[in-house]
Amino acid sequence: MDNFIAARSQMALSLGFHIIFSCIGMVMPFFMAVSHFIYLKTGNVLYKNITRAWSKGVAIFFATGAVSGTVLSFELGLLWPAFMEHAGPIFGMPFSLEGTAFFVEAIALGFYLYGWDKFNKWFHWATGVVVGVSGLLSGILVVAANAWMNNPKGFDFINGAYLNIDPIKAMFNDAWFSQALHMCIAAFAATGFAVAGVHALMIYRKKNVSFHAGAFRIAAIFACVAAILQPLSGDISAKNVARLQPAKLAAMEAVLKTETSAPLIIGGIPDSVSGQVNYAIKLPGMLSYMAYGDFNATVKGYDQIPEDQHPPLLITHISFQLMVALGMFMLLIALLYLVIILKKKSWQKKKWLLKLFILATPLGFIAVEAGWTVTEVGRQPWIIYGIMKTSEAVTPMPGIPYTFYIFTAVYLSLSFVVIFMLYRQIKMVDKLYDTPLYTTS
Amino acid sequence: MLYVVVSFLWVSLWFYLLFGGADFGAGILELFTRTRNKSRTRRTMYRAIGPIWEANHMWLIIAIVILFVGFPAIYATMSTALHIPLIIMLLGIIARGTAFAFRHYDAVVDDMQQLYSKIFTWSSLITPLFLGIIAGSAVSGKIDTTPENFLEGYIFNWLDWFTIAVGCFTVAICAFLAAVFLIGEATGEKDKRRFIAKAKTSNIAAFVAGALVFIAARYEDIPLTSWIFGNWVGRLSILSASLSLVLLWYLLGKGKVKILPLLAGFQVTMILLSVTYVHFPKIVLLKGGNYLSLMEHHGEARTMESLGWALLIGSIFILPALFYLLYSFRKSAKKLAGS
Repeated sequence: MDNFIAARSQMALSLGFHIIFSCIGMVMPFFMAVSHFIYLKTGNVLYKNITRAWSKGVAIFFATGAVSGTVLSFELGLLWPAFMEHAGPIFGMPFSLEGTAFFVEAIALGFYLYGWDKFNKWFHWATGVVVGVSGLLSGILVVAANAWMNNPKGFDFINGAYLNIDPIKAMFNDAWFSQALHMCIAAFAATGFAVAGVHALMIYRKKNVSFHAGAFRIAAIFACVAAILQPLSGDISAKNVARLQPAKLAAMEAVLKTETSAPLIIGGIPDSVSGQVNYAIKLPGMLSYMAYGDFNATVKGYDQIPEDQHPPLLITHISFQLMVALGMFMLLIALLYLVIILKKKSWQKKKWLLKLFILATPLGFIAVEAGWTVTEVGRQPWIIYGIMKTSEAVTPMPGIPYTFYIFTAVYLSLSFVVIFMLYRQIKMVDKLYDTPLYTTS
Repeated sequence: MLYVVVSFLWVSLWFYLLFGGADFGAGILELFTRTRNKSRTRRTMYRAIGPIWEANHMWLIIAIVILFVGFPAIYATMSTALHIPLIIMLLGIIARGTAFAFRHYDAVVDDMQQLYSKIFTWSSLITPLFLGIIAGSAVSGKIDTTPENFLEGYIFNWLDWFTIAVGCFTVAICAFLAAVFLIGEATGEKDKRRFIAKAKTSNIAAFVAGALVFIAARYEDIPLTSWIFGNWVGRLSILSASLSLVLLWYLLGKGKVKILPLLAGFQVTMILLSVTYVHFPKIVLLKGGNYLSLMEHHGEARTMESLGWALLIGSIFILPALFYLLYSFRKSAKKLAGS
């Protein structure tokens, strides 16, 4: 493994790990706050217990997300010093604001976790909401920084120098809104389905059913609303990519030849040698319509993009297809569940419905990882789109494969421990939360 | 605005040393606590730092963000040359942060607790050791931006007797801060005496490690003595730190603990002041007399402007909330100690 591939792998691993923990860390506080709100309004202790159980989950995920985020802020420089040297002053604005949002989140979490029975109950509840809101803001800001790499704005690139820097313009680049929207909704859908799936499994096994049913409902409603909104934001994102990064669109959709009224290619394995996409379903004109709102629009293909600027075709295309397929599947579950809670209440306890949600537990996160693969791999070979190549940014320090192996081992074992802890958390639900007398820890 | 940014950088390093340092120290103390007392030390620690635990470590993130936004050349140079100690420090941060949370929130209490504790306490030692090594190598003048070989470029630019001594000194300071902070948090007379004893030991350790830093500096040809004692600020801060140390020992002997945390914080502040003042605005001394300076290697004016505003606005949110968090939990801890 050479240094460059190792550096990219280590970055991908760190981001792939961090993204799961930060999604859960920013979305679960909202679940927690809703459940806490129901408890405060109705006085039903069941919801207090759900809140407390979730808040422990939030604490574990926040702690893990915080350290993996700290690591990333160093890794940017450890792995891509040349990139940070030039990009830091330009796209640093969202990071400096994110520092504040993250800090506020940590403080609010301190209030919330240790504040039971210590403060006015509504103040205490509000600190939980602040955890969620500032977490969400952090997420939006970090994605805005990533969006700048896709759409570098706020400076003039003259003879290799980065001049006339405007950090505000860089932050509000043309990609930030669609990317942040898509990511936030994705976080809600993925976390919602993951949490709902775990509780569905426990209901299915007839363990502490009233506890898990209450928890399931809150998570499932969040998940379903998000899953229904997500295709709309996906459409905004796709049009944005079509406008700003035609090469990425070509890779996503496996457009090998430039075409007017280009077909939407579903599935298939692109073969760049023969210029064909094998085994695919093709919907004539649909890609042109979806990308540009016109069935006859021209979609740029790989043939019109210089070869040294081609993103890896297979990975990008397959990741994109996977993300869309999973998104569609979750959309169907969401619509079904919505019908059930509005019209067919009797179906709520049906085994097949629980099974469907159990099946969907990891799907949201698989879609999130696939989506990030699309946006990151689809930007290659660039680290700053059209300005700096990723290979120019990598650290001169040799031996990166070794740090990659170490980080792989660390992140793998951390994942195991977190899963193990959640398993134990759930196993203990009857002991910890099933007695109505339970009040404080 | 440049001065605003530089002040924030200093303050976040300062707070990280004080609060993050005390956090590390709590783990170090636990490592050196006899097994039968470990759970008591741990309980006192959770009561003391539980609520502000996450916040304490945000200062490092603030400092690093200031560095990479405002001073990208300094950030890039350091993260290339000091890649290895930074990686080790990061592994320490990961291990420590997760082990702390796992240990506290694991629903089942069994043998896993011992594993979490082992990871937590050892990483509490290793992380500040490497933070110290990194700080030491910033001023040891061995960082070479165009190294001839791997060992020179990535190992011996941070690994020498001086940086190791600085690392040990940092560890001792962290333990000292933690012991002093925890005296006031102890609920029983016995625990209080235990922490007073720990404060004394760690203070002696810090003194010895400090002396070693000077000896190692001499050995490595680093003019530390003239850096610290060659100017009024250095002399004054070391003098006042020493005087307050005498007072601290007197009060420790008397068992009067109220203002001890302030005194300990003051001493550490004076040390940080004296070592940063002499080099200011230089922040990294490179091989061959070159240097990286906060006044020369900063971003464009617009960048510094917006960074400064972001920090100012941020502190309006952060500081009152942080203060209220500390205040309200201090109050409830007092109530608990009193009852």
